[in-house]
Amino acid sequence: MKLEAKHLDFGYGTRRVGHDVSLSVEAGEVLCLLGPNGSGKTTLFKTLLGLLPAQGGAVRVDEMDLRARVRNEIARRVSYVPQAHAAFFPFTVEEVVLMGRTAHLGLFSSPSRRDRDAAHAAMARMRIEHLADSIYTRISGGERQLTLIARALAQDARVIVMDEPTANLDFGNQVRVLQHIRSLAQSGIGVLLSTHDPDHAFICAHRVAMLHEGHLTRLGAPAATITPDSLREIYGVEVAVVRVAVGEGLERPVCVPGGALSGGRS
Amino acid sequence: MTSARVPAALLGACAALVLLVAVAFAVGRFPVSAGDLASILWSRLTGTEHGLDPTIETVVLRIRGPRVAAALLIGAALAAAGAAYQNMFRNPLVSPDILGVSAGAAVGAVLGIFLSLNVIMIQSLAFAFGLGAVGLVYITANAVRGHDPLLVLVLAGVVVGSLLGACVALMKYLADPYNQLPAITFWLLGSLASASPEDVWSTLPLMLLGLVPMWLLRWRINLLALDDEEARALGVDTGRIRLTVIAAATLMTSASVAISGVIGWIGLVIPHFARMLVGPDFSRLLPTSILLGAAFLLGVDTLARTVARIEIPLGVLTAFVGTPLFLWQLATARRGWQ
Repeated sequence: MKLEAKHLDFGYGTRRVGHDVSLSVEAGEVLCLLGPNGSGKTTLFKTLLGLLPAQGGAVRVDEMDLRARVRNEIARRVSYVPQAHAAFFPFTVEEVVLMGRTAHLGLFSSPSRRDRDAAHAAMARMRIEHLADSIYTRISGGERQLTLIARALAQDARVIVMDEPTANLDFGNQVRVLQHIRSLAQSGIGVLLSTHDPDHAFICAHRVAMLHEGHLTRLGAPAATITPDSLREIYGVEVAVVRVAVGEGLERPVCVPGGALSGGRS
Repeated sequence: MTSARVPAALLGACAALVLLVAVAFAVGRFPVSAGDLASILWSRLTGTEHGLDPTIETVVLRIRGPRVAAALLIGAALAAAGAAYQNMFRNPLVSPDILGVSAGAAVGAVLGIFLSLNVIMIQSLAFAFGLGAVGLVYITANAVRGHDPLLVLVLAGVVVGSLLGACVALMKYLADPYNQLPAITFWLLGSLASASPEDVWSTLPLMLLGLVPMWLLRWRINLLALDDEEARALGVDTGRIRLTVIAAATLMTSASVAISGVIGWIGLVIPHFARMLVGPDFSRLLPTSILLGAAFLLGVDTLARTVARIEIPLGVLTAFVGTPLFLWQLATARRGWQ
């Protein structure tokens, strides 16, 4: 199972946002997409999900072109976690997670006992079962994000696309979401996520892709890809990447803003 | 709201509805007791004699019966259409006429009155113009690309609606102030006073035609309340579901407006009531809205023909009765719009 972009051109209508992007996410792999604001990350995701038509090249799921598939066929293979948002209606968390089952239902069907079980299994995995009867609009931002991930799990797709899953979360919830992403990959799910924090890639990603002005500038293992050079290239700031001990015999690279910030007085 | 409480609430609403029907027959210039009503209905079902005054039978079958049935049907239809639209447009301020169905129907009916056509023609014109107005809005909105489809739809509806409003105003201005203008005003305020059995029989299939797809698609209509792209990523063909909901709601509203005139308020507020009672899940929201809408319009119509010496226009009374009820519910509800 693989979600794959081949020489993909994407954008809105006739406006080109990105050009010639090729990347793929395999089941069990975490691919982290880095890129500054306006680099085209969200547009790329929408095109990969088939929500926007590709302007050139192709998106392939299970070795088949997305254009040859209907909506719920795509949804059974690739699920989407949007940024935690304010919902319009006071649905319960259980109802929101159940919506993930829609692609598996007939046009006129409502969720059955089995769908409910799947939804509860997904909530249990995100450890939010106690929220099942809570109103989605009244829970915290972190809980909403976990609910949306649970919904994607209930959708039972092998690849999950997450648009800035750590945005607007407090530090603890960011770490929690990243740990969940890690464990999803261990269970054989492919995750494609975007983030504004390169450290998050060090924590959870197997590979990193960098998008700059609609072009894929780098793609590779985190330690080899996230370097002072590559970060300067896409963000335009000086960053030091240092290794710190994060536990018994464990080291991890960490990005520290440098340049004018710390060097100004020396 | 736990699911166990829902059947109880539904049963309660059904019982209240039956009681209201009995009351509606029992009050007015020709009171019909529940016993008489039952024996007349029984005799119609079995073909036996009921031995009552034929006047009572006429009242039940030709006058009050159709009026009660029309109130139930129209209340249910407007509330159902409103519930579906509020979900779809993700907006609490949306009523079934957001896409111009009432404005279109008003133009049709006012045109019919202006041209001194007969009642059936007026109703047909109202129905056709209601459908036509929404069709125009939908086609216009679809022709505009590159914007949020829902936003374009609402904008087109508002603009076309105000154009149609201007047409109504023009015809009112030109109408004969002694014969036509009162008829136009009366129609625009809504009334069930002239509801006939034929009205009920011609409207019923249209209502069902609208209601059945809404019920069948009830789970997917929930997902229309999400962001459009989110719903599509979950596997919903939002464009088609939306078109179906619009067609169904328009059919029901247009058929309602054609026989009753413009009755506002119900489609806007009854779905709120229902949502506060059972939550936003459409499989519970739809039946609850239907029951509440039917009961509410029947109650209001019964008041309209009994509280004063003259008929009070429905459009006026729905707001007078409904607003305090709604405010009370809003103040006491634990769950509703966020």
